[in-house]
Amino acid sequence: MTDLAWIDAALVSARPQVVAALLRYFRDLDAAEEAFQDACLRALKNWTVNGPPRDPTAWLIMVGRNAALDSVRKRSKQVAMPDEEKVSDVEDAETPMAERLDESQYRDDVLRLLFICCHPDLPPTQQIALALRIVSGLTVKQIARAFLVGEAAMEQRITRAKAKVAEAGVPFETPGAVERSERLAAVMAMIYLVFNEGYSAGPKDEARGGLADEAIRLGRLLLRMFSAEPEVMGLLALMLIQHSRAEARFDSQGAIVLLEDQDRSLWRANLIQEGLVIIEKAVRHQRTGPYLVQAAIAALHARAPKFEDTDWNGIDALYATLERLTPSPVITLNRAVAVSKTKGPQAALDMIEPLGDKLSGYFHFHGARGGLLLQLGRQKEAREAFDRAISLANTAAEAAHIRMHIDRLIAESKKARS
Amino acid sequence: MMYAVLCYNNEEMVCGWSKEQDDAVMAALSKAHDKWEKSGKLKPSIRLLPTSAATTLHKQKDMVIDGPYAETKEALLGFYIIDVVSLEEGLEFARDLAKANPGGAYELRPIHMYNPGAPIDGAYEAERQYAK
Repeated sequence: MTDLAWIDAALVSARPQVVAALLRYFRDLDAAEEAFQDACLRALKNWTVNGPPRDPTAWLIMVGRNAALDSVRKRSKQVAMPDEEKVSDVEDAETPMAERLDESQYRDDVLRLLFICCHPDLPPTQQIALALRIVSGLTVKQIARAFLVGEAAMEQRITRAKAKVAEAGVPFETPGAVERSERLAAVMAMIYLVFNEGYSAGPKDEARGGLADEAIRLGRLLLRMFSAEPEVMGLLALMLIQHSRAEARFDSQGAIVLLEDQDRSLWRANLIQEGLVIIEKAVRHQRTGPYLVQAAIAALHARAPKFEDTDWNGIDALYATLERLTPSPVITLNRAVAVSKTKGPQAALDMIEPLGDKLSGYFHFHGARGGLLLQLGRQKEAREAFDRAISLANTAAEAAHIRMHIDRLIAESKKARS
Repeated sequence: MMYAVLCYNNEEMVCGWSKEQDDAVMAALSKAHDKWEKSGKLKPSIRLLPTSAATTLHKQKDMVIDGPYAETKEALLGFYIIDVVSLEEGLEFARDLAKANPGGAYELRPIHMYNPGAPIDGAYEAERQYAK
């Protein structure tokens, strides 16, 4: 890695903590961001000459804060006589602070920043945009491309979110236990949404592809702050295991490769290993939550060396737990896939037929239903279900996958007639 | 003399590398590894999973704590075992690594006992299961 690439990586990784600490000083998101930018420019100049500092985060906080104080001083010079003595007094008193920043301080800062981005007044779309901009440091252009909106519209969305947060007042007191856990749930939901944006993107979608990595980075950050919280472990493990399959999930043409057809040697072993270990840690706490159960389901898939080895009974049981924790027709639909393996397609079909009302606009419902009907030899109904699915596909890859089923059906019916 | 070369770095940064960045660093490092492996001086080298995957047992009260023993800005991310003639040569090895992977620090800690036959296959076994 070149020095410049190293500096770049260091700046990116230090960003959440530095912006969070600067926010504590300035109590204003824009001022904190500006000070961070300033510090980065100085880092590029200084680190290439003097080498990187021992603690890039502390360096950036100190320099960012001083740079902002400098510019305040300069501006005040133009207006009136600066009170130099006073300013430097303040600075002298605060300079050692950055050095004394301990882990708990960092923790409170970063937490505050995440909580602000997931402010309950903000709709999820604004939460994600704000977090990607402020915490992850993605450019407005990058975020706009990832969410398929124009740059101006995204700029506006972020500005609006910032205004709402400012209006609500930045909470500088540590939140109480109840609020904390509510906010934590919002932060986890935001991170998982970011992950899914990246996960559902095809391999050629560079604008969204990096979002999964970004979400994992945020998940690690969160776990470092809530190191004994099993749901945070579950969230990180879930993302790690899902992401381990990234390279196997699409073929060279960008078409979806189903779990059963994936080349498991392409799964990233280190991510799986990390996910499995974290699940084991979480299970020790004996407090089950939806993220942890989903992670455990992903883990059962990851543990199977071949698709045939999958522990479908275990997966069925875990989905039953998930249904109990968070009842939802989508979960029942997923459970039906496991049931089709243990009890056959008819049992699975019986399970999902009652969901038709609630899931009539859901791509995966019709896709799964078509698949079950096909297994039962009910070609005509399968065709109808696939037609319905294709009209509801969210991505080109999804549509192409269903197209493949339909083409096969057509080919078979032609063969049967001839 | 045997040394453990302990690799300390900013974990947030190293774990935040994209797969491409990580692969690039590993490729650069493997050149340094090759050179020392050929001379027979490089023994096992081990990369640790992130500290968020760690669990610590505090012995006195048999207390199990999530996370690493020491929360430090620069975490222990891996280590090498090397067999060199002098500290100078050990430092030379560390400098070769530093060229490929700047930032952080290498601690050279002499080894009192080295048991080359002892199995460290647990980790390898999991690795092999998913190996390419």
